[in-house]
Amino acid sequence: MSEPLLRIADLKTHFRTKGAGLFGEKKVIKAVDGVSFDIAPCEVLSLVGESGCGKSTVGRTLTHLEKATSGEAQFEGRDFLSMTPAEFRPLRREIQMIFQDPFASLNPRLKIEQTLGEPLFIHGLCKTWDEARTKIAAMLETVGMDPKVMARHPHEFSGGQRQRIGIARVMILKPKLVIADEAVSALDVSIQAQVLNLIKKLQRDSGVSMLFISHDLGVVRHISDRVAVMFEGKIVEIGEKHQIFEAPEHDYTRKLLGSIPRVTIGREVT
Amino acid sequence: MALLEVENLEIAVSSRGKLLPVVQGVSFDVDDNETLGIVGESGCGKSLTSLAIMGLLGGTTVRITGGNIRFDGMDLLTLPEKDRRAIMGNRMAMIFQEPMTSLNPVYRIGDQIIENLRRHKNLSYATARDRAVELLTLVRIPNPGERVDSFPHQVSGGQRQRVMIAMALSCDPKLLIADEPTTALDVTVQKEVLDLMADLQKRMGTAIVLISHDLGVIAETCDKVAVMYRGRVAEAASTADLFAELAHPYTRGLLNSIPFVDRDVEWLEAIPGRVPTLEEDLTGCAFHPRCALATDLCSLTVPDTSQFKPGHAVQCHFPGKVTS
Repeated sequence: MSEPLLRIADLKTHFRTKGAGLFGEKKVIKAVDGVSFDIAPCEVLSLVGESGCGKSTVGRTLTHLEKATSGEAQFEGRDFLSMTPAEFRPLRREIQMIFQDPFASLNPRLKIEQTLGEPLFIHGLCKTWDEARTKIAAMLETVGMDPKVMARHPHEFSGGQRQRIGIARVMILKPKLVIADEAVSALDVSIQAQVLNLIKKLQRDSGVSMLFISHDLGVVRHISDRVAVMFEGKIVEIGEKHQIFEAPEHDYTRKLLGSIPRVTIGREVT
Repeated sequence: MALLEVENLEIAVSSRGKLLPVVQGVSFDVDDNETLGIVGESGCGKSLTSLAIMGLLGGTTVRITGGNIRFDGMDLLTLPEKDRRAIMGNRMAMIFQEPMTSLNPVYRIGDQIIENLRRHKNLSYATARDRAVELLTLVRIPNPGERVDSFPHQVSGGQRQRVMIAMALSCDPKLLIADEPTTALDVTVQKEVLDLMADLQKRMGTAIVLISHDLGVIAETCDKVAVMYRGRVAEAASTADLFAELAHPYTRGLLNSIPFVDRDVEWLEAIPGRVPTLEEDLTGCAFHPRCALATDLCSLTVPDTSQFKPGHAVQCHFPGKVTS
């Protein structure tokens, strides 16, 4: 097997909180408590679990949005958790994040071309706006939008279109790892299917690795190569997609799978 | 005569001096011991329909412009306010989607249940409190004797939704309307809440209208289903008949859009485009811009409701037709 792109060993992210009441005892919340996994180049690993299991905190820690308490995370062999913000900056282009809420994750005051263009200049991928606009137009077409929309503002778009723009903003930087945190959860099913197909196609075409964080097991089955099931800050089971869905070993995985309402199409044969 | 009969319901929103129809010609009925599922995507009118039944469309911008809603033989739309209030929360109750915002944060859980009981059943405070503890036990809240004095923020989301259910059930309603009751909840908690509702129905014979965007939830819990698209009922049948043979291309599209946990597909068959906004003037069938089967007829004429099979109604010019 080739060298993993991302290797995480015994990652812990703990939060200190004030306890209940004015003089409540201080508590430590172990949001992520000893998580280890690898992601190979071109691979999609999903982190699945219920609210509060720590799956989002893993993603936020890997993008330096939260500070890790301990543990190691290597990207192409380099430990990046202990990097200073200045050292980490070049990696920000290579590790990108798609967020859940398409309404909150685009700056309402910026035109689409500014939202997509700024990162190009910041990371030195473009020198002139002409050059940037060519790239933006091509990227908008790739995500299924008319290049003319670059002169418009986010409020003119529906949730599905905004999520496409959010995906364009990420993919235009040609990242090596995309962390998608509940990227399709806020969308209606018919729109969700379009965006899921788009993410899958872009991932295949570009060969980007992906950490796909979701609570929706159907979505996870559709998009992943491997799946890690999280519960209370720990990974309880990790394996190939089919092993997790067809032969789950952990009780919690079985409980999760058993809770999902199913649809049977056609008459049931009795 | 069914317990709840909705007939040709029309709801419109006034926007910039125009009346835009949001619900058009919606009819269905629900009987004791029966669960009707209303399924559809955002903006299809499913929540407005439920609010109309509960008489909660009090605002100036949204109003009922036609049709009838009858509950137990009474015409709810012409019922005097005083009589209507005596029914709501009593013989007819509703569970809302957001357990976080539909409980009053400054009152104790118990007091919110007790208020309803005292108002409708004329109970003393002590009796009502005992009944509240009983109800919390019924919805399987742990330590109900202590929880009755908790504030909403002190319990989890799943427990808050159970408190809402307890409150809705406090006066033994004949009809329960549940608008996305499990959407904000984790799957394991969702299962517990749905099981609980089914169990209560079995015990008390309640009629339930369950509104959801999740076809899985509908398929597992409902006796019959109405699929709504942009204010109209696209397809309606018993759950068994509907899933045996989907007659409307929208229902099929919806089903093909869902990535299921028990099967693999390479690419999802997404429905192209999006739900048209209210401002968009649309002639013909509302689904025709997204429909692979659409012809000129579909873009000109709204299809009538026809019987695809006995008891299986559909609003489509080409019911049951599948693209090959």
